[in-house]
Amino acid sequence: MNINMTLIGQTIAFAIFVWFCIKYVWPPISAALHERQKKIADGLDAASRASRDLELAQEQAAQTLRETKEQASQILEQANKRSSQMVEEARDQARAEGERLVASARAEIQQEINRAKEELRAQVSTLAVTGAERVLEASIDEKAHRKLLDKLAAEL
Amino acid sequence: MAADNEISAIYYIQHHLQNLTFGYHPQNGWSLASSSTEAVEMGFWAIHLDTMGWSIAMGVLFLWLFRKAGKMATTGVPGGLQNGVEMVIEFIENLTRSTFHGKNPHIAPLALTLFIWILLMNTLKIIPVDYFPELFGKLGFEYMKIVPTTDVNATLGMAFGVFLLIIYYSCKVKGVGGFAKELSLTPFNHWSLIPFNLILEIVGLIVKPISLGLRLFGNMFAGEVIFILIALLPFWAIWLLDVPWAIFHILVVTLQAFIFTTLSIVYLSAAHEHH
Repeated sequence: MNINMTLIGQTIAFAIFVWFCIKYVWPPISAALHERQKKIADGLDAASRASRDLELAQEQAAQTLRETKEQASQILEQANKRSSQMVEEARDQARAEGERLVASARAEIQQEINRAKEELRAQVSTLAVTGAERVLEASIDEKAHRKLLDKLAAEL
Repeated sequence: MAADNEISAIYYIQHHLQNLTFGYHPQNGWSLASSSTEAVEMGFWAIHLDTMGWSIAMGVLFLWLFRKAGKMATTGVPGGLQNGVEMVIEFIENLTRSTFHGKNPHIAPLALTLFIWILLMNTLKIIPVDYFPELFGKLGFEYMKIVPTTDVNATLGMAFGVFLLIIYYSCKVKGVGGFAKELSLTPFNHWSLIPFNLILEIVGLIVKPISLGLRLFGNMFAGEVIFILIALLPFWAIWLLDVPWAIFHILVVTLQAFIFTTLSIVYLSAAHEHH
């Protein structure tokens, strides 16, 4: 239980150990600890950011899908409208064409009839004149009458 | 026979409580003390080789272990050693943060050194009391007391180190004048009471390291004496008492290291504060 030099020796040892610890032991471990803390905090931050991004992306995707659907239905509606319009148009056109054809056919027929009438009229008049001529001739000459009849027959 | 037993028991206890002392003896010159009276005769200029050796060994073990962990320290997933070391470091950091109110990056490593070093020195006590004295007896050393904290020189030495730091930081933070003012003008701020204040404050200041050192020494020494007394019991009774006492001492060992560390931080924190 004697107080002696050991006291001083122990104080010196204490000082050296503390100095060594401050200089070489504490800094690397402490630095590693704090760096890991920062890393974990960053990781958590990134994770929360990522989940936020994911939410945003999902929302965007849903929005796009909704828009696309709307567009598609719009296009479909337009197409339907367009097709019915086209059918309508085609029908109208066909009807008009048909009417036109009928009208032109009718006009042609009318023309034909008129021409035939004109022709007939001309022929009848000539025929009548010719017949009258022949009748007049026959009463004068039997032989000539014979000939006229033949000629008429041939002409008919 | 009874008297013989008594004498051998006293001899046994004294033998186990005697440090291996090297110093200057008036008759024998520089030598190892061969008895406790010789050790006393050596006076102040002697050194306890066992205390110094074992305490330095424990300090080096601590520094080596923690330095190794520090060198391998990664910011990724830590291994076993690093995990343990980091746990201790975080514990000390929290302790320092909650107890120390100034700003000084050196306090936490200081507390770490104190805590682990004292813990390791105290833990030597769990080793059965006869192992090392017998072993070193075979090697020709008369005495071997392996627990440095049962030597009052060691605990007071560390407390003295803390005391020097208290003085150093008091002067550094408050200035020599500020420190002197604090010593002379508190608790009674009047010039006529300066001597009274001085006595009060200086006693208060000196009591800090002494109580710090003696508390650790007292606890460890008493525990050691009980271990030695248990070792004197008949063979069959030793383990019956030794095991519970050792288990109880796991608590004491940690607690005393913790108390020494915490009080050192508290004293140093007070040294950093202006009054």
